Amino acid sequence: MTTETDVYEHYEAVVVGCGPGGAAAASRLADHGIETLVLERGTEAGAKNVSGGLIYAEESAPYKIDDLFDGFRERASERPVTDYYIHNIAGNAVKTYDLTDLHEHDTDWCDAVLRREMDSWLEQRVHEKTSETGGGVLTNVHVDGLLRENGEIVGVTCDELDPIKADLIVAADGVNSELAREAGLMDWEEPDEWFQGVKAVVDMDPDAIDDRFDIAPDEGAAHLFSGDLFSDVRGGGFLYTNEDSLSIGTVFHLDSLVEQEAEPHELLDALLTHPVLAGWFQNEYHEREYAAKLVPDSKKVAHRRPYRDRLVLVGDAAGQMQAQGPIIKGMNHAVSAGALAADAFAVTRGNRDPEAAGRRYTKLLNDSGTMDKLRPQRYELSRSVSEHDAVTNAVERVLDSPIGSLAVGNPIADRLLERAYNSPFLVSMLPDTKTGYVTLPTLIAEEHGKTIYWDSDVEPPSLEERIGDLTYDTDVGNPHIELLEESYEESGAAVTACPVSAEDFGGGCYRSETVKTNGTAETLVSLDTQPCVECGTCAIVADTEWEHPRGGKGIEFREG
Amino acid sequence: MIGGHRHANSNHTVAEGTMRSIVLTKGVPDFSEGAVSFDEDGHLERGKTPTVMNPNDEFALQAALQTKVRHGGHVTGMSMGPPGYAEVLQGAMETVYADDTYLLSDRELAASDTWATAITLSAGLEKYQEEIADVDLVFAGFKTADGETGQTGPQTCWAMDWPIVTHVIALDIDPDERMLRAKRLVEGDIDEVETVEAPLPCFVVTDPEFEPTYRKASHRLTHKELRAETQQRAANHDDYLTMWDHTDLNLDPDYIGLDGSPTIVSSVDPIPKAPSEREATMIDPAEDEIAPVLEELQPHAAEAGD
Ligand SMILES: Cc1cc2nc3c(=O)[nH]c(=O)nc-3n(C[C@H](O)[C@H](O)[C@H](O)COP(=O)(O)OP(=O)(O)OC[C@H]3O[C@@H](n4cnc5c(N)ncnc54)[C@H](O)[C@@H]3O)c2cc1C
Ligand code: SF4
Repeated sequence: MTTETDVYEHYEAVVVGCGPGGAAAASRLADHGIETLVLERGTEAGAKNVSGGLIYAEESAPYKIDDLFDGFRERASERPVTDYYIHNIAGNAVKTYDLTDLHEHDTDWCDAVLRREMDSWLEQRVHEKTSETGGGVLTNVHVDGLLRENGEIVGVTCDELDPIKADLIVAADGVNSELAREAGLMDWEEPDEWFQGVKAVVDMDPDAIDDRFDIAPDEGAAHLFSGDLFSDVRGGGFLYTNEDSLSIGTVFHLDSLVEQEAEPHELLDALLTHPVLAGWFQNEYHEREYAAKLVPDSKKVAHRRPYRDRLVLVGDAAGQMQAQGPIIKGMNHAVSAGALAADAFAVTRGNRDPEAAGRRYTKLLNDSGTMDKLRPQRYELSRSVSEHDAVTNAVERVLDSPIGSLAVGNPIADRLLERAYNSPFLVSMLPDTKTGYVTLPTLIAEEHGKTIYWDSDVEPPSLEERIGDLTYDTDVGNPHIELLEESYEESGAAVTACPVSAEDFGGGCYRSETVKTNGTAETLVSLDTQPCVECGTCAIVADTEWEHPRGGKGIEFREG
Repeated sequence: MIGGHRHANSNHTVAEGTMRSIVLTKGVPDFSEGAVSFDEDGHLERGKTPTVMNPNDEFALQAALQTKVRHGGHVTGMSMGPPGYAEVLQGAMETVYADDTYLLSDRELAASDTWATAITLSAGLEKYQEEIADVDLVFAGFKTADGETGQTGPQTCWAMDWPIVTHVIALDIDPDERMLRAKRLVEGDIDEVETVEAPLPCFVVTDPEFEPTYRKASHRLTHKELRAETQQRAANHDDYLTMWDHTDLNLDPDYIGLDGSPTIVSSVDPIPKAPSEREATMIDPAEDEIAPVLEELQPHAAEAGD
């Protein structure tokens, strides 16, 4: 028989993941005439992906997504953002600042997107382009490891396919990149290196959106929320207008979520039911989808040399997700990085040194200014002082004192504060402490805010209903996460931090249970992966053996 | 070629010895819609019941598509029935794969039972071999969902004088040796699997458990390309459809249609029963027990062949 088990298939380039990073890399590789195979684990690109999401085209960026994909804005995105506000909240008092200046700084254009629609459109374009150079996109394929020859990375292994060799391997496999972990380039240890994003897509008629947000059909609004509505958890909320829906979500520091033992879905509900949103809903609330995903913090984890052998990391896999104060920029950097990695390979093709492309890619990340955005020098300098607990506490005490209120509360401060929020420089230096997220916005609202005298009638669905509305193709008998340690000390944090689990809720992934043995009571944790939305949280906060499910299995997002 | 460099597109090169397959598909009343009509005598009123492809034929088509993906070649969909069955063939082209389709259709062929159908199909295959190309593989699905006889495949095979492998769940072909290797369920039992070999040309009846396997990226890319192409073709199915009637097939009306059917179905159950027994046989056409059957068929086959 002519079976070829002794000969592996070979492609010039293999790209793992067809999100914005992988799509940009593959498209650029095809532009260079390189034979490129793209492997995506979702049943369609976008089926696994979640973002807020505003995609930015930065004036200073080496690549914008519409440079690579003609017609992107017409075919794959929702409304452009023309209005931009931040709401500082203290109880029912709200102080709103116009953030349009900050938003427009270095912005050529910025559109809201829904990832299923966006990524599936990109997938088709990528398949067309890569087919012309002898490759293409394959969905339902989960790359489960790296192929090594004499210890050197030479390809990938998959659940669904025989091993494949390649001259370039692009890991564009997003946050919780199994390839970056296996290559030893990233670890999943420290909660303070990540954010957790949770999101609801809410139905709204296009006319109602125009009317209630006071925008034209070709305009869109972005609203950010911070203050005491999330108790002491560090993070904030967002609301973006799509064509016929709203994207509403929250993004919190993972370490803060764990410390406060906060329930992510309850924090989202705190935003959804806040009276500041009531005028937009007008008592109608129909949630299309509940979703969640981890987000890396580039300030801490963007890899300075994101390559090993023939493997390069792009996008979230490399930690290239920039939280510029309240503005979240991950998709745009993934696009830049993907395209730069492709360019790097094109010029080093044929070089005998397997790391030539990786080195070149790193240089391009630096030369294009991308790395400096991801890991600003000034943040590294200011971080050591400003995130220090003692300093935080001192500043907190001053803000709490009458002098603090006076300083923030006077009319000049009001103008200065709006200017400060609009300064990309100041915003990028905001320390990741309670001060920036909670104390200051709360104080601003208390001092300058208008009080809302109505309540919200919105009743978001329960966690059980949210899980029930999601689409899963469960890989029965083949769970993708294994709980290694069932003690509450090691894994208990997941019971609250998992966005589809909660204390005293039996229908989620993680549950805790008190077991009595020989008179001593012990709290144990158990796991059922069926409702898992593959957000990645428990890979960091619990003791698990964590992988993504096999190709096409698990959660399928329709909106993202 | 370990470590060797392949040039662009080389992953798409087709192996030597391309395979030509014919898939026999059958229309069945659409039981799923609950729209099945029976006349007073309990006969199916086919005119009033929507027709769809026999669900089990999908596995036969999948097997043929897998053969084309791995070895290149050509897949023809063939069916016998009234002109409306063109839609069944179009469905086959759309939902799985076909390069072209042949419908053996004639008023004279109406109401044929499985024997007469087998003869007509055999005549169609003969004509195809004579006028179009030599055939390496004929695929059929397991049991038709309406008649519950499961006979058309094997009977057509006897008429063709080819080896037959039934209850196939996985398939491998060596085009150079002109051998087929199949995993099949022994006695149709899901727990007992055996591997058998048969020379080409060969007749393959797929089991509903049949699963195509594509472990190579290049195969999946080819599969994706072929699927896109067949869907495009299906949109203009008429351009790819050939109709043959009884004169084209050189069949004597006395031997086909109602007149040529040795068994008359008296009535059928409204809901198809789960297959209670799955007759599966590796048949050596030279075996004595088939001889009488072939003898019986001889006049028809001769008629069709000459
Ligand atoms: C709630 C939330 C709000 C956000 N808001 C914004 C925003 O407003 N603006 C912004 O720019 N960014 C935002 N982000 C961040 C943004 O979503 C990411 O930075 C961006 O998606 C990263 O793109 P990527 O291509 O690197 O990875 P992804 O988009 O995650 O794509 C990775 C792809 O790889 C696939 N994959 C993963 N593993 C494998 C494997 N082993 N085998 C095969 N395929 C695999 C996945 O299915 C996926 O398609 C937000 C994120 C969240 C969670
Ligand atoms: S089980 Fe883990 S990965 Fe799945 S949703 Fe919960 S925290 Fe996220």
